Amino acid sequence: MSLTISEQIARRGQGQAPSQLNAQRVPIYGDKATATSETKPLTWRLAHHDAVLDLATYESLKGFTGLKQALSKSPKEVGNMIKAANVRGRGGAGFNAGLKWSFMSPPDGLPRYLICNADEMEPGTFKDRLLMERLPFQLIEGMLITAHAIGATDGYIFIRGEYILAAERLVTAIEECLANNLMGDNILGSDFSFNLHVHTGAGRYICGEETALINCLEGRRANPRTKPPFPQISGAWGRPTVVNNVETLSNMPAILNHGVEWYQSLSKIKGKSDTPGTKLFGCSGRVNDPGLWELPFGYTAREIIEDLAGGMKDGKKLKAWLPGGASTDFLTADHLDVVVDFDSIQEAGSRMGTGLIMVVDESQDMVPLLRNLEIFFQRESCGWCTPCRDGLPWGVKLLTAINDGEGQVGDVEKLEGLTRDLWIGKTFCAHAPGAMEPLMSAIKYFRPEFDQKIAQAVGVDVIDAAANQQPVVK
Amino acid sequence: MKIVSDKMPKVDVASILTAEEITAIHEFMHHYPQARAASLDALKIVQKRNGWVDDAQVNAIANILDIPMSDMDGVATFFNRIYRQPVGRHVILICDSVACYLTGYEALSAEIRSQLGIEYGQTTADGRFTLLPICCLGNCDKGPAVLIDEDTYGPVQPSEVAQLLELYA
Repeated sequence: MSLTISEQIARRGQGQAPSQLNAQRVPIYGDKATATSETKPLTWRLAHHDAVLDLATYESLKGFTGLKQALSKSPKEVGNMIKAANVRGRGGAGFNAGLKWSFMSPPDGLPRYLICNADEMEPGTFKDRLLMERLPFQLIEGMLITAHAIGATDGYIFIRGEYILAAERLVTAIEECLANNLMGDNILGSDFSFNLHVHTGAGRYICGEETALINCLEGRRANPRTKPPFPQISGAWGRPTVVNNVETLSNMPAILNHGVEWYQSLSKIKGKSDTPGTKLFGCSGRVNDPGLWELPFGYTAREIIEDLAGGMKDGKKLKAWLPGGASTDFLTADHLDVVVDFDSIQEAGSRMGTGLIMVVDESQDMVPLLRNLEIFFQRESCGWCTPCRDGLPWGVKLLTAINDGEGQVGDVEKLEGLTRDLWIGKTFCAHAPGAMEPLMSAIKYFRPEFDQKIAQAVGVDVIDAAANQQPVVK
Repeated sequence: MKIVSDKMPKVDVASILTAEEITAIHEFMHHYPQARAASLDALKIVQKRNGWVDDAQVNAIANILDIPMSDMDGVATFFNRIYRQPVGRHVILICDSVACYLTGYEALSAEIRSQLGIEYGQTTADGRFTLLPICCLGNCDKGPAVLIDEDTYGPVQPSEVAQLLELYA
């Protein structure tokens, strides 16, 4: 159902983006008849208007009603409301957004910043792209609500340089807002003023780390900063700053419109999860209909892979899946009935991350797959701290050797050593630990594949040889 | 006594950058409380002209933003999409992250490299294409994906490469 290159070239000729979301068997917003602001708060507008790209259309579809609600309340009331709603951060960490805001220093009359993290670069993740390309005003409204709640004076949308169309549309949308008193001084006649700019990046995955993002925004190399102080105390230009993901911010308008109870009741639709709200879930890799869907929490991986993504390609068996990006632990076919939410996936031994599943089938060797993943992390290391800068290339070397039939007895133990030495607390930020998650879990579930390749290379029974080795000093 | 300054020597910015570039950089400087923050924007503005940024241009930007050239070059060399050496008229970025790996980017990459006769990091002899890898383009449902200049394509089959490259003279 995806476009051929001729179709993509034709789209380019018409001034459109060549590649576009697949015409999915199951649309993003579900059933057109039932997609309303209460059932599909993030995407329902797309069911009624194919692309909500100008202010008039957005306003005709309940646009900026959430902002008006917010402006009728005090910042504290809005903050408490979002805290009570328990909007868990959609960038991957799943931290209560309202709680994150509450750690900000109190206003002192000087600038305070709200930054939207739109540096979507986690392999396998393509949700924020949709929200920005198709619903730019919803994100801006979410940012205005948030800015009012935290008393932010200025905001930046930090968008990756490759999202050219999304950046253009956001810039146009901001200009339209400025012309209509929805941005700038005394928004909608209130005493709330806010200015928003789009900052485009130029590559580098590490910019998605919030303190690296702030360094990059300030015009420095995107190395992470020490925490504490956390950005809420000292962030951009040393001022209190909140960094939220695109999808997190896009959740705000509907909560202001329909209330906390409604938001929390959404997960009762499936009754299998306590996480409030809806989320853009997705699936890519070896499935028939890869795509993106807005769903309330409570769907299992099996439902997403089999019912929505059309099941496995070519009738192959599922071997492993990554729940939410390259930096999450692999899970296997035994975990398919796990509900995809922050807590259930964690209990199963992984992280929900961005919530977009990647599927690996039985024909795929795990060693070269791991090598691909680790090359990514090695290349994207910012080089600031030694374990990450030097440890990740070592991991790639070992995996390359094993894959090329040059593995040695003890190589898997060395990889396991890396998963300890590059773990949380030993590196400056979460980049290297993120790289270790797929590695650690692949060794846990697919160790025989590593051993077999090494056994073929050295011609001995590796498992025996490893057992006879001296124990590794920890 | 003569005080030795650690600031870079003043350069004649107007002879290196065009008036339009200088105006555009100044516009971005107003987005931020500190001029330095416009460094990435400035590099991208200047890069539009030749496809890459040379030493003199980096120096000129540093002068406008009033920061040391070493800081400016630190930024310029950190980001993989700021090019510090000449590139072809068109830059092809092939996504090599895991979702595209699972959908067959390796065959696509092999086909592109063979048709162009270059490896990653190289430019064709006629100066038409430069080939580079890039991490996830956020097009994972339509992998394998490629970004050529400002257009993202996906999925691209190896058999479709010739047709695609024809578009770029």
